[in-house]
Amino acid sequence: MAVAAGKMARVASRMRGGGSAMPGLVVEKLDPRFLSHALADLAGGVVVVTGTNGKTTTTKMLVAILREHGLTVFTNPTGSNFTRGVISAMLSELSLSGRLKADLAVLELDEAHALKFAAEVRPTHSLLLNVARDQLDRFAEIDHTARLLGELAAQTTTGVVLNLNDSFVSRIAGRVPDGVLVTYFGVDPSIADRLPELQEADVRFEDDFTPPEPTDADGLLKPHDERSFEVRFGAADQVGPMVLNQRGLAAMINATAATSTARALLGSEFRNATAVAALERVQPPFGRGEIINADGQPLELVLVKNPAGFTVALSTYGNTPVTTMVAINDDYADGRDVSWLYDVSFESLQGRGVALTSGVRAYDMALRLQYDDVAVAQVEPDLEAALERFLATYKNEPKRIFCTYTAMMALRRNLAGRYGLPNFGEEARL
Amino acid sequence: MSNHQSVSHQSVSHQTGGPLVSKGQIKVVHIYPREMSIYGDLGNTRALASRLRWHGYEPLVHQHHPGNDFPADAHLVLGGGGQDSGQARVENDLARNSEVLRVLAADGAPMLMICGMYQLFGNAFITIEGERLPGIGILDVTTQGNARRMIGPVVLETVYGDVVGYENHSGSTELGAGQRPFGRVRSGMGNNGTDRTEGAVTGNVFGSYLHGPVLPANPAFADALIKLAVERALGEPFVPGQIDDVFANQARTRQVRRLAG
Ligand SMILES: [Zn+2]
Repeated sequence: MAVAAGKMARVASRMRGGGSAMPGLVVEKLDPRFLSHALADLAGGVVVVTGTNGKTTTTKMLVAILREHGLTVFTNPTGSNFTRGVISAMLSELSLSGRLKADLAVLELDEAHALKFAAEVRPTHSLLLNVARDQLDRFAEIDHTARLLGELAAQTTTGVVLNLNDSFVSRIAGRVPDGVLVTYFGVDPSIADRLPELQEADVRFEDDFTPPEPTDADGLLKPHDERSFEVRFGAADQVGPMVLNQRGLAAMINATAATSTARALLGSEFRNATAVAALERVQPPFGRGEIINADGQPLELVLVKNPAGFTVALSTYGNTPVTTMVAINDDYADGRDVSWLYDVSFESLQGRGVALTSGVRAYDMALRLQYDDVAVAQVEPDLEAALERFLATYKNEPKRIFCTYTAMMALRRNLAGRYGLPNFGEEARL
Repeated sequence: MSNHQSVSHQSVSHQTGGPLVSKGQIKVVHIYPREMSIYGDLGNTRALASRLRWHGYEPLVHQHHPGNDFPADAHLVLGGGGQDSGQARVENDLARNSEVLRVLAADGAPMLMICGMYQLFGNAFITIEGERLPGIGILDVTTQGNARRMIGPVVLETVYGDVVGYENHSGSTELGAGQRPFGRVRSGMGNNGTDRTEGAVTGNVFGSYLHGPVLPANPAFADALIKLAVERALGEPFVPGQIDDVFANQARTRQVRRLAG
């Protein structure tokens, strides 16, 4: 009954162009045990990917590696990474008995929803990426976020993969139950000096925690140059070299996390060359460094949602400066507080300045840039008008837009119409 | 002491072309920037340093960390909010330096304390469990720990006009009899969500829950602090430069219109 009702709601919401989580809400109301029932038969288990930054990219990479190994993987691809979004994504793939037909599930969940999910379905595996400040309305403090991740690890039944270099995450090893295997991903000691690019330091304190020594089961990122890298498991086993479609150190560390997790899941079935082939084909998720062909010129869409993420994005793109727009909204999904913009340094934009700021908080962004001596040519709060002007004024040159979540969704929709791109939700079938 | 940063003039030229000869040095002390500067509160220090430069003064920004000697020659003192773990790390140092701070406050040094530091500048913080943690008592306020967080955008009516910011606190603060608030809440929760007061002012010491950070988008308030600091440092009237505040004024008035009509 619940499955049929949910499918109807899914069709109805599609027709109205409604939000992707709505049908999930219907099913959740009708049958609260729905999730555990649907996921009960998955022989390969239920993998939860969580942490503040890189969830979407890492999930996509992990799924690609597993599929390349011949597995049928259920995932939640729509970007609505809440429990209801998971259910909504499931409905099209369920038999009427309500069981999911797949080898395993890989689910991207934010920190609070991962715990709610675990209360219904205990994950067999969890991949804990990092802890940074995000969505301040929901998670008041990063100490609190770290606690949520620790509780998730304690609920996991088979294997936990932890970030070796993020002490908030690697410390969680102490909370993993006996009999559950702990493995790590991290960076090779030769590039440890670049860790600050990936973490915010201002809310972290020196502490006496010493990270564990990596073993041959743990994947370490070893870059060759700005694009090419390998993931090393001990001295003798390297996955790579490989080059991703997405740029930057953050994408490489996401690939390292995905590779380490796939290896832990697949054991002796894991094939290095298969993993490399999958990772080299993965396209950046919408808005995460996605490159759109706009009138013959590349337009990069870069999602920014917290200080660590914006800082990483600015350093990733800093060595190829192009004409830039910044769009900041403050809806719930963006984080309603824009204070975090003052925890990011924008000095790398001083050379070229910023062509346009937009979004509900366009003037707050312009003001922030003024305090970093970055010239702002125009301010246009209306996103459509701003995009129109940005594309027209700088038609013949490469462009880049840094944007918060709802601004990205609106801009992406507009760009999809303009340039005939696939829409959200269709990505899973590509 | 290795924490002094002299901020140069070179990047101000686009502002006003003001005099390159400094009108004088102003020592701005940010207390506990590592432990107590969450949600962009560092932006207050940055805003004051930039505005001092744009007005033609030379800011000397000093960061005070726990365990170091407190700079008793401060002209302006700033503090921010933090996590519980941050707050625990500064309590001893604050207690050790409370007398210096009380003397500075009584002597008229301007201070701005946001959120966690506002609470610590009060009489006490009473935890949910009923434990009483003493503050340094410069502001006559008492804060009660609360299960409910007060989170959201804020508009205040103050003597500096409308002030906008963002609050995020679980403590509920009551003003002592005769304690002046910083502002009256037009939109948001403020000190406690019931009496429509926000923050506290005693002499030139300001406490407030407003992150945002509060100073960049509210230049009238920022310049009021600068005026007090300049007069204290140089013993002569504040001579403002010309600053282009179009972005700040747009950012503020749009929030006021959105939230308070
Ligand atoms: Zn606060």
